[in-house]
Amino acid sequence: MSGATVSAPIVRTRRRSAEARRKDLLSSVATHSVAIGLSAMFLLPLVFVVLTSLMTQHQSLTSDLIPHPIQWSNYRDIFNEQPMLLYGKNTVIYSVLATVGVVLSSVPVAYALGVIEWRGQRAAFLLVIATMMLPTQVTVVPLYLIFVKLHWIDSLKPLIIPAFFGDAFSIFLLRQFFRTIPGELVDAARVDGANELQIMWHVVVKTAKPAIVAVALFQFLYCWNDFFLPLLYTVNNPRIWTLSVGLQQFTGAHRGVLWNLQMAASVLFMLPVIILFLLAQKAFIEGITLTGVKG
Amino acid sequence: MGTVNLELSPARRKARRRRARRRYLTVLLFMSPWIIGFLWLYVYPMFASLYFSFTKYDGLLGSPRWTGLTNYRFMFTHDPLFWQSLRNTIWIVIVGVPLTILLGVGTAYVLTKPRRGRSFYRLAFFVPTMVPAVAASIAFLFLLNPSGPIDTALRFFHIPRPLWFQDPQWSKPGLVLLGLWGVGSTMIIFLAALLNVPSHLYEAADIEGANAWQKFRHITLPMISPVIFFSAVIGVIYGFQYFTEAYVIAQGAGGGTGPGSGSSLGYPLGSTLFYTIWLYQQGFESFHLGYASAMAWVLFVIVMACTLVLIKSSNRWVYYQGGFR
Repeated sequence: MSGATVSAPIVRTRRRSAEARRKDLLSSVATHSVAIGLSAMFLLPLVFVVLTSLMTQHQSLTSDLIPHPIQWSNYRDIFNEQPMLLYGKNTVIYSVLATVGVVLSSVPVAYALGVIEWRGQRAAFLLVIATMMLPTQVTVVPLYLIFVKLHWIDSLKPLIIPAFFGDAFSIFLLRQFFRTIPGELVDAARVDGANELQIMWHVVVKTAKPAIVAVALFQFLYCWNDFFLPLLYTVNNPRIWTLSVGLQQFTGAHRGVLWNLQMAASVLFMLPVIILFLLAQKAFIEGITLTGVKG
Repeated sequence: MGTVNLELSPARRKARRRRARRRYLTVLLFMSPWIIGFLWLYVYPMFASLYFSFTKYDGLLGSPRWTGLTNYRFMFTHDPLFWQSLRNTIWIVIVGVPLTILLGVGTAYVLTKPRRGRSFYRLAFFVPTMVPAVAASIAFLFLLNPSGPIDTALRFFHIPRPLWFQDPQWSKPGLVLLGLWGVGSTMIIFLAALLNVPSHLYEAADIEGANAWQKFRHITLPMISPVIFFSAVIGVIYGFQYFTEAYVIAQGAGGGTGPGSGSSLGYPLGSTLFYTIWLYQQGFESFHLGYASAMAWVLFVIVMACTLVLIKSSNRWVYYQGGFR
């Protein structure tokens, strides 16, 4: 299909570029329509939840989509209907303490698995990963019995204290990140006579801040959303219910009614983590870019 | 290395050995949180539950009594709810895991296309995964209720309107929809994988005149196959432990009165009775601790078997660049 005349290539290029532009525009319109359609499918459920949380109870039982009148008082009434503040406090206690525990206990383990060189390291690392594949159900009965003997059931202790003994997923993530820290940094500190604890604190933890923030974030979200273990350990004592357990029990007790209050409670439950995510997404990406530039 | 060692004087060899021993002591110290946790939270409970699975152990005040294989025999031959819960669980894994991977690849693929607005779309696709599972389940309980927004939309378009969580035929598809709403976390890892495919491969294919499908089939798919494999393994492991959404929705959708009453178990008609829900009911509502332990070990064996099959099959369809791992 090569041009026969000298002028032909120029003409063809121009025509092709006009055609290509039109094609580009078409494909751009197509991709944006698909993306907007998908965005709507992901976001509309949240929109409907928020809209319903502002309806009167009567209207929330109809097929109306738009609240009329807008009943802001739902967000006050839910606090009278359910001890939301208490559930919120319990959830914060569990999430914060467990996150502190996981970070404190997982960093040194990841350091031993990722920075110090020793024989058997790979086997130990595989063992850590293997625990992630073990279904919770296999260990849950004996653990429950241990916690009964310790009188920890119906307190938040069975949720918080195990977090201080390392978390496989966090160890895995931290270790992967520690491996990317240049060996010269660690060796230089060693030559200067720093011991492993000092190296971990002054070199590795400092360099790996974004990874530690990410691990803390993941753990916090995990605890905030956790349901099975809080249900198992706290179900008989409403005073220590987390938001997950409290809202589940509330929904179970008011089947198919009080949609407006259930949606208001759900909005209050998800709002903190969504805000946290929106804020931390930026900090997280900035942290990664920073280390990328420095490294 | 060995010859060097022989030439070392005994004193230096001793010093070297002392250093190695000190290093192991340091490692032990750093590893100690995990070692204690591993023994306390994994090793002891695993052996204890294996032992309990061969005993009759009812109630927290009793003590385990050896009964051999009775629990297992009862499970396989006399417990129809065991089989029903296993069938439901296999259904949700076989339908849910491939759909999650398909939609994960699909949404990630869409995100690689637009030059502008990508970060907005990524946020929109991802935000649902931030919604706590209990809140998401309550939201879908409302969205799919017989006078909810989805029903309204289907009526508007004159599409047949299922009763979702009130209909044993449609309760599991409803749960799959809820799961797909949270596809964002799967999408994010596929997005990273898609953006990692070297562009020179596509350029070479363009020169050879490959069409879009051929490029996807012969470049993209092999390059992201490790991530597909990873998602499948994780999906199977966690799919068999599917609990929260089904528990919240069955309790919220119907049955008798009050939470915890047996009548809402697997509502409607046992269609949402999943393996772990039956195990939870047996272990912590009826306190058949021995039987629940036996169920846990059967679950473990099933999950291990599925994971091994996936790993074995991966030689054939997972492409590792440069043969790493």
